[in-house]
Amino acid sequence: METTDFFRFLAEQSSQLVTQTLTHVGLTFLSLVLALLIGLPVGMAISRQKRVAALVLGLAGVLQTIPSIALLGFLIPFLGIGVVPALLALFLYALLPIVRNTYVGLSEVSPTLKEAAFGMGMTSRQVLMRLEIPLALPVIFAGIRTATVINVGVATLAAYVAGGGLGEFIFGGIALNNTAMILAGAIPAALLAVGLDGLLARLQRLRGMRLRRASILFLALAPVLSAFYWLPRNDQTRLVAGFAHEFYGRADGYPQLRKTYGLRLTTRLIDQNLMYEAVRHRQVDVISGYSTDGRIQAFGLQVLADDKRAFPPYQAAFVVRQAFLDRHPEVAPLLNRLRGLLTDSVMTALNYRADYHHETPETVAREFLRKTGLDRPRKAGPRTGTLTVGSKIFTEQYILVEIIRRLVEGHTTLEVAAKTGLGGTQICFNALRTGAIDLYPEYTGTGLLVILQPGPAVSDSLRADPAATYRYVSDQFLRQYGLVWLPPLGFNNAYALMMRREQARPLKINTISDLQRYLEK
Amino acid sequence: MIAVRNVSKQFGDHPAVRDVSFTVGEGETVVLLGTSGCGKTTTLKMINRLIEPSAGQIEVDGVDVRRKPAHDLRRKIGYVIQETGLFPHYTVADNIATVPRLLGWEPDRIADRTRELLAMLKLPENSLRRYPSELSGGQRQRVGLARALAAHPSILLMDEPLGALDPITRAAIRREFRRLDELRHTTTVMVTHDIQEAFELGDRIGLMDQGRLVQIGTPDELLHRPVNAFVESFFEEQRLFLEWKSRRSD
Repeated sequence: METTDFFRFLAEQSSQLVTQTLTHVGLTFLSLVLALLIGLPVGMAISRQKRVAALVLGLAGVLQTIPSIALLGFLIPFLGIGVVPALLALFLYALLPIVRNTYVGLSEVSPTLKEAAFGMGMTSRQVLMRLEIPLALPVIFAGIRTATVINVGVATLAAYVAGGGLGEFIFGGIALNNTAMILAGAIPAALLAVGLDGLLARLQRLRGMRLRRASILFLALAPVLSAFYWLPRNDQTRLVAGFAHEFYGRADGYPQLRKTYGLRLTTRLIDQNLMYEAVRHRQVDVISGYSTDGRIQAFGLQVLADDKRAFPPYQAAFVVRQAFLDRHPEVAPLLNRLRGLLTDSVMTALNYRADYHHETPETVAREFLRKTGLDRPRKAGPRTGTLTVGSKIFTEQYILVEIIRRLVEGHTTLEVAAKTGLGGTQICFNALRTGAIDLYPEYTGTGLLVILQPGPAVSDSLRADPAATYRYVSDQFLRQYGLVWLPPLGFNNAYALMMRREQARPLKINTISDLQRYLEK
Repeated sequence: MIAVRNVSKQFGDHPAVRDVSFTVGEGETVVLLGTSGCGKTTTLKMINRLIEPSAGQIEVDGVDVRRKPAHDLRRKIGYVIQETGLFPHYTVADNIATVPRLLGWEPDRIADRTRELLAMLKLPENSLRRYPSELSGGQRQRVGLARALAAHPSILLMDEPLGALDPITRAAIRREFRRLDELRHTTTVMVTHDIQEAFELGDRIGLMDQGRLVQIGTPDELLHRPVNAFVESFFEEQRLFLEWKSRRSD
């Protein structure tokens, strides 16, 4: 990556960067204020009740050892997604250093001094406020400092559950393999941690009256900084979107929707797998899913039709080596018999059965073939050759592999060997080119954008036309690599916006244009 | 005026103070003398209720100390402990102003009183804004006394006030304390294990042993009319010096 990429990214995304930084600071300090509100009194209380102290400190210590991502995962079933679980996790992490240091600081105040203070006629409260707290302040401050720095780091995870913050760039960048984007989140987060640590270290070194004034200033400032969390929220639209980081950043994702439909949605970034849960539990209204995901059916979601064809077509088809077809000419017509049988809804239903009823891909494939009348028992006799089939790592591809296996072994004397779980498009493609596999299921959009990567002029001209995309991709694959795209199977696993059906119906939102009109009303 | 009547204190199984009675007259200084663990500090702390007696009664100016909230009582009783009792995060001025502030004095009155005490105890004017750690041991001890005297207490309790000082500073401060009118006119109970200190500062000395007050009387009485062999042997080693001292102070 060149440094210019990084600065260009910063310049383009500067308003986003400011928003995320403010949210990040807000999250950090909001949770810190909560931890102070609870931690300081608890620390004071246990410094008077030494017997309870070991128990409380032990408990807080255990919380601290739970890895942050695990803690978040643990909270999601109870608190769902959004700012609440993020805040609670941050609060729990900040608690231990504050409680412990308050306790230690107060316990270290010399008994002689306390007796002198009582001897002067101070009440318990006065001894606490005038003697114990001021003397414990440097130690308490060290705890606050530790808590603050921990929270700046942990707050990046808030982006995982749609809590916002600099983690949005970090996770988005990782999903998109965009180094500039990762650094645009990571560098400010690191600077924030180092800066706050330095600032608090300087406060901590102050003495006497100055330290007390600085502490009061800090305590007054912390709620103000917390308010940053609400400050930058771009104007709330009538519906809230929960988008995966990748969808939000990819040129053919949300940016394309904005270009084509002029869509403006209040957006929360969220982990791809939590997105469906979030819309199901009404924490967001619109999500960016994949059009054949099993959860669409399971959770009663409605896919909004892409009426202006913003998303490139992702028609599924098998890609095969020309050399294999030459040797076994009977395979292509056989596989073509699947055409039109695997529609979007059929594929969604198959995915649903595998994902939610935990049926094996073999069972799902067999029952699909049985229903369509294509199922045959394995053909008897010696095998005359091998078809090696590859697949990427997700349910849909596993099911397709099993369909091929059963179909080919039932109708021909070929043996089918499966190489499932090839890590991604590039890996499948290379395996096919080198002959490690003979065939794998691919999507036209992926072939276009990931493998062929034509200029924006070509991909824009093809966007609206699935047939043209298929033609372009199959021509280029054959010419450049000697690989054949069999005709499209009939389903399209593209990006899709979806909403809860029960919400979309009364609002009469069936298409993305409907959504856009509704938002503008 | 302090009256201690049949006071005992039990810490668990251990009797720290057993049936102690004595009175301290207006303006008088009584020194409680004895070895470590004899119960003298416990007796002192029962007067300002830092420790509550197990039995017996204590009156200050004719009123039972338990009749008032402890902090009200303590604000009228000056309390001096070793120099380590100064608040390290307070300046000298703030330390001296502790009790007047608790009593709600006007800032002007506090400032006047502080300056008066500074002059009386021969502390430099610029020490007001310093912290205790920036002063010498002797200066700290004087600040400790100033803090105790700040609100014109009618009674002063001193617990080994010079214990942390070197012998030469100790002797010098002792001489100064003796010359202070204000100190001479305040009813005082002081605890020490230093026989010379007791003889120099005490109008009367109460010698304690194993929780009991063995004998209380003027230095002369203790030297020349000991009630038993313990009292006699206690002063044996320093008898010559003490006789010279007690005569000189007559």
